Amino acid sequence: MIRRPPRTLAEHAPILFPALMLIVFFVIPFGLMIAVSFFRRVQGGFYEPDFVLANYERFLSAFFGNVLSFSLMLAGLVAVVAVAIAFPFTYRLVRLPHPAQVRWLVFLLSVLSLSEVIIGFAWSTLLSRTAGITNLLVAVGLMEAPQSLSPGFGALLAGLVYQAFPYTVLVLYPALARFDFSLMEAARTLGSSPARAFFTVLVPALRNTIVGTVIMAFVFALGSYLLPQLLGRPQHWTLSVLITDQAIYQSNMPFAAAMAVFLVLVSLALVGLALILGRREGSQ
Amino acid sequence: MTNTTNTTRFQGGVSRRAVLAGAGGLAAAATVTGFPNILRAQDKSLKVGVYGGYFKESFDKHVFPEFTKATGIAVESVAEPTGEAWLVQLEQAARARQAPADVSMMSQVAMLKGMSADLWAPLDLGKMPNTANVLPHLVNKYPDGRVAGIGAVSWFITLVTNTQSYPQAPASWAALWDPANKGKLGLMALVSNSFLLEVAAATHFGGTKHLDTEAGQLDCFKKLAELKDNVNLWYRDEAQFEAALKSGEIPMGQYYHDVTGLAVADGQPVRSTFPKEGGINDSGSWAVTRASTKLDLAHVYIDYMSQPSVQALLSRKVGTAPTIPRAKTDLTDAEFGAVSSEIAPIVPRYDMYQTKADWLNEKWTEMIVG
Repeated sequence: MIRRPPRTLAEHAPILFPALMLIVFFVIPFGLMIAVSFFRRVQGGFYEPDFVLANYERFLSAFFGNVLSFSLMLAGLVAVVAVAIAFPFTYRLVRLPHPAQVRWLVFLLSVLSLSEVIIGFAWSTLLSRTAGITNLLVAVGLMEAPQSLSPGFGALLAGLVYQAFPYTVLVLYPALARFDFSLMEAARTLGSSPARAFFTVLVPALRNTIVGTVIMAFVFALGSYLLPQLLGRPQHWTLSVLITDQAIYQSNMPFAAAMAVFLVLVSLALVGLALILGRREGSQ
Repeated sequence: MTNTTNTTRFQGGVSRRAVLAGAGGLAAAATVTGFPNILRAQDKSLKVGVYGGYFKESFDKHVFPEFTKATGIAVESVAEPTGEAWLVQLEQAARARQAPADVSMMSQVAMLKGMSADLWAPLDLGKMPNTANVLPHLVNKYPDGRVAGIGAVSWFITLVTNTQSYPQAPASWAALWDPANKGKLGLMALVSNSFLLEVAAATHFGGTKHLDTEAGQLDCFKKLAELKDNVNLWYRDEAQFEAALKSGEIPMGQYYHDVTGLAVADGQPVRSTFPKEGGINDSGSWAVTRASTKLDLAHVYIDYMSQPSVQALLSRKVGTAPTIPRAKTDLTDAEFGAVSSEIAPIVPRYDMYQTKADWLNEKWTEMIVG
């Protein structure tokens, strides 16, 4: 282990490979996308290299503003709900005996192997009028007649949270597993209730992990374009859905690229803001 | 290929020189006798793009083997995505002088967009006598008269219903606007594949001519906004609607006549109805990318596909409507009825989707999202 910062080329070498990969697979494609976003759209055709701002201008309308704010709101809600469920879940999980933990983790990993399409179809069946859970509610006498719950906002939220949940647990798991639970016991001996100990000891101690997980789930949900189509109504289509429409169905690459660049910038700005706020509060 | 196999076979113990001489002699013999056919066979292959899934399966099973048998040209079929994704890929590839497929089946809107970029290699009708059968409106031409594509298959989008939810078949597209059908419809999510503007014009404004002007187009948008409450699902994914239609979850909507026919054959409680205003008649054309080096073989291929017997085969096995007059085929009434109808169809206003693509798309998205 070298304690001082690396100086020679040889000492820098281990970072070269990831840096190269990052350049080839992220910086260059993203640069191309930025370039294309300034190209000129040829209606009824393709696009020509140029430098025009029309693609960004077209995006700056009340309509796209609404879609963008809905996408951000939805992604934020998915992140908060997913972490709100996953945190207590992981808290219980790490206190289980080791074999049970392994079983749960394997189960969660297997959920990850499901494709978005399968998740979408499964939820739309589960929430359908003809085969869905409302039939069970009717059977036990809680409802008059079976109802269709999909497509709708609730269905979309359920699908997205379901998809984000395993990731959130897997990110929270190491931090919670390392947590020294004698701190909780100390709080209990000093007279605090379990809930109070949870919220005043555990949650603040893992605040950075929680913020990081929320950001990850947020970015993850923001990119989702299939579930909103399968489980949402048109007013629930996210900006990612409209980007797909433009890129694949309208062959309008410049406009799709402009929207994607804008989405990346907005989400980077929000993530940056969350990190800055987190750091400031943390230092107090 | 002949040479290589012979060389390897002779190698044990024979000097390299003798092998070379032998191979040379064989090649010489090959040019004189009938061998060239074998030598050329490896060049005689064609990459053909057809819509992936059910379409490609039917072509692979029933159509391409027959073509290879008849012409000696091997077909390598390529699954192409629907929508315009394939057009974008072909165009990007052509810029790099690559041809992911030599011949592709393209939708009409994609044909027009490709024409505006000069993507399609001009075809020579003189080399394809059978294309004289093809209905004139299904031959795609550049503005200067060069031929860009030839009608491959045609299909219908009709009014479909679940027979358990609707014992009586609806007779008109007006059913889409009926307040009694609140929350029951599944319609396609894109302006350029649902052709609902044309349906609105044909049902409420006396025909697609009404879409000539922007005022007329706005009328149709307004009319379509009225049926939004009836729509449960605006679908991009066909399978999603098909499943919901079969189960009765979404008991009415617009869908492909051919696929609905297959579902009926499977015993599903669904039906496809040609409304009195007509089914929406869309079609796919064969077109050759300008990057292809196999234009000659492509001509043979398109000529073969335009034969009456092959068009009838497509109707029977793929479920598409012929692109040639029915009288030229040997399809029976029942067979023709399964893929088409005598009711005059609604023909999409492809011109509109090219000249006003972005405006229509934006209006449409605002209409259904707003």
